[in-house]
Amino acid sequence: MAKQIEVTDVDAYYSGHKAIEGISMTIDARAVTAFIGPSGCGKSTFLRTLNRMHEVIPGATVTGKIRMEEQDLYGAGVDPVSVRRTIGMVFQRPNPFPTMSIYDNVAAGLRLNHRYSKSELDGIVEDSLKGANLWNEVKDRLAKPGSGLSGGQQQRLCIARAIAVRPQVLLMDEPCSALDPISTLAIEDLIAKLKQEFTIVIVTHNMQQAARVSDKTAFFNLAAQGQPGKLIEMDETTKIFTSPSQKATEDYITGRFG
Amino acid sequence: MSAVTPEIQRISGMRRFKDKGVQALVYLAFAIAVVPLISVLWMVIANGLARFDMEFLTHSMRNIGARDAGGGAYHAIIGTLEQVALASLISVPIGLLTAVYLVEYGANGRLKRYISFFVDIMTGVPSVVAGLFILAFWILILGMPFSGFAGAMALSILMLPTVVRAAEEMLLLVPNDLREASYALGVSKWRTIVKVVLPTAFTGIVTGVMLAVARVAGETAPLLLTVFFTDSINNDPFNGPQMGLPLYVFDQAARPNDTAIDRAWAAALTLIIIIMLLNLAARLITYWRSPARKR
Repeated sequence: MAKQIEVTDVDAYYSGHKAIEGISMTIDARAVTAFIGPSGCGKSTFLRTLNRMHEVIPGATVTGKIRMEEQDLYGAGVDPVSVRRTIGMVFQRPNPFPTMSIYDNVAAGLRLNHRYSKSELDGIVEDSLKGANLWNEVKDRLAKPGSGLSGGQQQRLCIARAIAVRPQVLLMDEPCSALDPISTLAIEDLIAKLKQEFTIVIVTHNMQQAARVSDKTAFFNLAAQGQPGKLIEMDETTKIFTSPSQKATEDYITGRFG
Repeated sequence: MSAVTPEIQRISGMRRFKDKGVQALVYLAFAIAVVPLISVLWMVIANGLARFDMEFLTHSMRNIGARDAGGGAYHAIIGTLEQVALASLISVPIGLLTAVYLVEYGANGRLKRYISFFVDIMTGVPSVVAGLFILAFWILILGMPFSGFAGAMALSILMLPTVVRAAEEMLLLVPNDLREASYALGVSKWRTIVKVVLPTAFTGIVTGVMLAVARVAGETAPLLLTVFFTDSINNDPFNGPQMGLPLYVFDQAARPNDTAIDRAWAAALTLIIIIMLLNLAARLITYWRSPARKR
């Protein structure tokens, strides 16, 4: 199910402006990797290069190599649509499809790609909602629109939607920043559970969250406003938060700048 | 730190006065805007009811002499419905696809700018020019007969820019988050457009199309040049002159006797009712499709 990702020397641009530079790292399978760093340092941009969502923005380009096991994600002839099917994504703001019911939201990724029988779909929808710890709250109102749920429930619905297509990797772009502490806790519990099956990468501004949920942490920073963001260091989360090898990392996590 | 501490005060008399004054102006403007609407409706209903009966709705003007009472607008109702339906069939798919191109595929390319520019120009084309174009090209050069279809083509020229602009506005309102959410599920671009973007914009697009329909249903000039006149029922929009309600009003209102004038009023009332019913149908469709209903 889960696969490891190997990143070599990746740069990303927005219409000629370099947003991130020279990023190389290994993202472990069946583990949670957290990206931390100040705003504008390119964490989200880098996350979006991992499933080729970056290039959806007009004028945005990527150079460098990203391999998932033996596959080159940016190789010639690779279909970005199939990359995104393998590497799912959860966004900062919950964004269920407003015209669809809860059931249809979860089934959306499946239905829009293949034909499934009703019973197959029912099974996958139930499994995915259970996987996202949402089943008990919504099982009696699957036909109601997803927009009627609370923010935390909507975000778990989006996670259910993302895992329903059975990706290998799940990217999360600040999934809790719009949620209250209780919903955040629910999502964090969920992340701990999901990592047994998926490779998870999470961008977060909440240092405690990174410390709580991740196995490895990568710290990004930029030299100055307008400069491209760089990977400063990446290590075991316990090491980053207790004895980081770079001064900048220590300054950031202790709140001395940022 | 400045030494001035702001104080909490009562609303000054001047501000209260201005507030009331502007409020009165807004109400007045609203009342003035509503006056023509109400008076038009009132006139049409008051004068149109005289001949608005079953005979009017089910009979044509065939064999009705110049001074006879009786007769009806059945042939004109059929003509208007067919012409407007055909015009919509032509302009809605083209207009919708154009809007999809402009919003989803055009990026900021040159083609997009050209299309936008020409859509703006089309918006300003006087309706009689659209009729003249079809008359010159379809009827005079290609030698086709006067027909409801020729009228529908002229109407579709007038509908097209309205449909494009309305659909474009609605597609732009669809949040980008939804497109990205769909891409991130591994859904291709065109499926995202068909299954996520268009359904989200559906209600607004229907409203826009209805506005375009209402606008062309009352057009007289292009029909005058392309579908011609007839007093008989012609169910075939592809062959021979047809009638339309605006044409009928134009024709009857120009006659000297009161029976014809009454028919003109009744036809105007019929046209307003048809457009109202179409709008109602569109409302029902959007209500039936809206996610809020299922809550």
